[in-house]
Amino acid sequence: MLAYMLKRVLYTIPIALGVTVVSFALVHLAPGDALNAIAPADAPEEVINALREAYGLDRPLIVQYALWLLHAVQGDLGTSIATGRPVVGEVLKAVGNTLLLAGVAALIGVVIGCILGAVAGYYHGSLLDRMATGSSVIGVSIPHYWLGLVLTICLSIWLPLFPAMGAGPGGSSAWQWDWAHMRYLVLPALTLAVIPMGIITRTVRALVSDTLQQEFVTALQARGLSSRRIFLHVVKNTAPTVLAVAGLQVGYLMGGSILVETVFAWPGTGFLLNAAIFQRDMPLLQGTILVLCMFFVVLNLLVDILQPLIDPRMGRA
Amino acid sequence: MRGRKRLSSWLAAVPAALMLCGTAYAETVARYGISMADIPLTTGQPDRGAGAYQFTGHTIYDPLIAWEANVGDRPGKLVPGLATAWEVDPTDQKKWIFTIRDGVKFHDGSDFNADAVIWNLDKVLDSKSPQFDAKQAAQVVPRIPSIASYRKLDGNKVEITTKAVDALFPYQLPWFLISSPAQFEAVGRDWNKFASTPSGTGPFKLDKLVPRERAELVKNDAYWDANRKAQTDRIVLLPIPDAMTRANALLTGQVDIIETPPPDVLPQLKGNGFKIVQNVTPHVWPYHFSTQEGSPWTDVRVRKAANMAVDRDSVVALLSGLATPAKGQVDATSPWFGKPEFDIKYDPEAAKALMKEAGYSPEKPLKAKVIIAQGGTGQMLSLPMNEFVQQSLAEVGIDVTFEVVELENLYLHWRAGAKNEMNAGKDITAINLGYVTADPFYALTRFAYSGYVAPKGVNWGGYANPKVDEAIEKIQTTFDTKQQDELLAFVHQNMVDDALMLWVVHDVNPHALSPKVEKFTQAQHWFQDLTTIGMGSDKK
Repeated sequence: MLAYMLKRVLYTIPIALGVTVVSFALVHLAPGDALNAIAPADAPEEVINALREAYGLDRPLIVQYALWLLHAVQGDLGTSIATGRPVVGEVLKAVGNTLLLAGVAALIGVVIGCILGAVAGYYHGSLLDRMATGSSVIGVSIPHYWLGLVLTICLSIWLPLFPAMGAGPGGSSAWQWDWAHMRYLVLPALTLAVIPMGIITRTVRALVSDTLQQEFVTALQARGLSSRRIFLHVVKNTAPTVLAVAGLQVGYLMGGSILVETVFAWPGTGFLLNAAIFQRDMPLLQGTILVLCMFFVVLNLLVDILQPLIDPRMGRA
Repeated sequence: MRGRKRLSSWLAAVPAALMLCGTAYAETVARYGISMADIPLTTGQPDRGAGAYQFTGHTIYDPLIAWEANVGDRPGKLVPGLATAWEVDPTDQKKWIFTIRDGVKFHDGSDFNADAVIWNLDKVLDSKSPQFDAKQAAQVVPRIPSIASYRKLDGNKVEITTKAVDALFPYQLPWFLISSPAQFEAVGRDWNKFASTPSGTGPFKLDKLVPRERAELVKNDAYWDANRKAQTDRIVLLPIPDAMTRANALLTGQVDIIETPPPDVLPQLKGNGFKIVQNVTPHVWPYHFSTQEGSPWTDVRVRKAANMAVDRDSVVALLSGLATPAKGQVDATSPWFGKPEFDIKYDPEAAKALMKEAGYSPEKPLKAKVIIAQGGTGQMLSLPMNEFVQQSLAEVGIDVTFEVVELENLYLHWRAGAKNEMNAGKDITAINLGYVTADPFYALTRFAYSGYVAPKGVNWGGYANPKVDEAIEKIQTTFDTKQQDELLAFVHQNMVDDALMLWVVHDVNPHALSPKVEKFTQAQHWFQDLTTIGMGSDKK
């Protein structure tokens, strides 16, 4: 087991290195100039050149990458060209806000998805199954931003139940765990939860329905086990795959949805990426992409480690 | 019994009295949903373009010469700011003498004086000074290109020398804002720390800054200009880049004022008692033609035909009335409009006749490629408007194709100029970019003077007219404002007669206000004066 875990941890090193190369290269491949973040559109050539030199952007790309990587491994992701603020601070603050939103959305998505999927799988082919499957297809297909706007119109404007935007009455820095603040979470979290809910419903439905047809279930029934006990065995057999899928979905949510966070002006990673992309703030863009990718890598590592704990056969394999 | 009654009536009066006291001392708050994704820089020179100056520029800071932005019924003019007077030295017209205002204090309590002016000029122009800030310099140096040197003369006078005689130099100074040297020292000479606790001389002080989320400005009770004292105690700026989200925030009462409401939501806003305010705004949405060799736009008849092919009233309708038809680079009410012979109006028959004269027709169309942005600041409803213009031009025999890029990328193509391989290599012969036309340089001379052909400046298409060049050179040495205006009008009427661009519409910089906002003067400028916002029934 220890060897398995060690192997998984070692695998993350080349992946992380690859992530740094891709996140650095991608932002430099995109058209545009990083100095657009600070220089006015009509800035003369000499001003642009002076800024290029001041920010070290006149150096060869490989040198820029090496310096960036050197600082990144020491926890310094540089300084935002647009704001002058350290990228680490900007990204961590946004990650905190997205964690809050993604955590609630994941909870809603995973819980409802598992319930709907289990019901649909258990009553395979019934009306309940068709309803659960239908809702999961809608969940996966519906455009996020459209749903966000519709929810805002219905539940903020027509029925003034929840705020239309923002991260609390005093902003995210004054966040508190009370209803006055948590009501700001409701609409963006519901909007974000719809896709993972749909995917998890379909996954759980397929797994439950498949597991119920396996011979060991017939054997358990023949031994006279109650439905509740059999269901627990089904859950145990489906859990590793559900965990892997849920892990990926939480990873996607952590990336923050640019559209949902923009529609709700939620100051998370999606909102930050949106600003960084449109401003061509390359250090901020690189830093945010790197942190998010590393989140994904770490999350997958955790899932890989957790899976054999639930199903020891995986560790042996 | 009577005693108990009296006591109970006294007790009943207590909450009412408390409420009255509360009202008397309650703070008035205006929450303003701005279209930017972040709060602009708060160190002195805001980033994010001209529109940002109204939020963290002219609120916290003052310039030496200000732009009058608290009037809406006429164009503003240059007015004294931290300089009470300015004059050119009659013996050497490159030298400008500024009389510095006495008795002004920065928010931190330190004195504003001539030394502070020199310190601030060093802040952006002397890269060796300890206070030099590359970010602030990048914002303002392109806007004060004429300054060659500067020095303090005596207690309250500063001399600025320009590179050449430049009568329009005062128009550059509303962009240059004065930060507090004492506060810079107090925060350990660190501009990033200064950004959180800035100090200027402006009508507002920064009370709270949460990057990307909010900035709270509070009234500066000790502000030196009695005509520009803030009418609201606190203004909360909330970055909400998505237009629909801004409108929703207004509709649900989360904000009291928003800029640029989406045209589709206007009927709903008006129907719910919200007020839409707009005004003439120094902005134009044009196609800037290349007149370089090989461009299909070198023939003035083609350029004029393009101008007559577009039904601007329909474009205004497309924008739900949030625009005015353009008849030139500046609005027809501008003192710089002049009397052009070419009357820009929708006349497709005349346009077809001109195209026929030039050898083209809808059957044998002229082909041209225009580079456009998919959207962004100043671009209005870029794609629908461009498609409308494309159809209109096709009807008179101009077959336009688009190269669509992001706005930031469009700027690169703009700075490079039409002749550059970046454009010429792709057969791009016109560019669609919303232009700010706030002062003579921004509105006219930068586009019309042959000395500013890109990459030296932003005369993108290489326009050259000796009469216009001569007039622009004369403007530089004409210090009488009336004569200046006459010369600028001459430049403009030539630009129109030469159909330098296809001018479509002017933006009107719309704002939507909740019924709680009782006062707001919308200036005919990008610089709106937030001191004019007055709140009514929001007292708590």
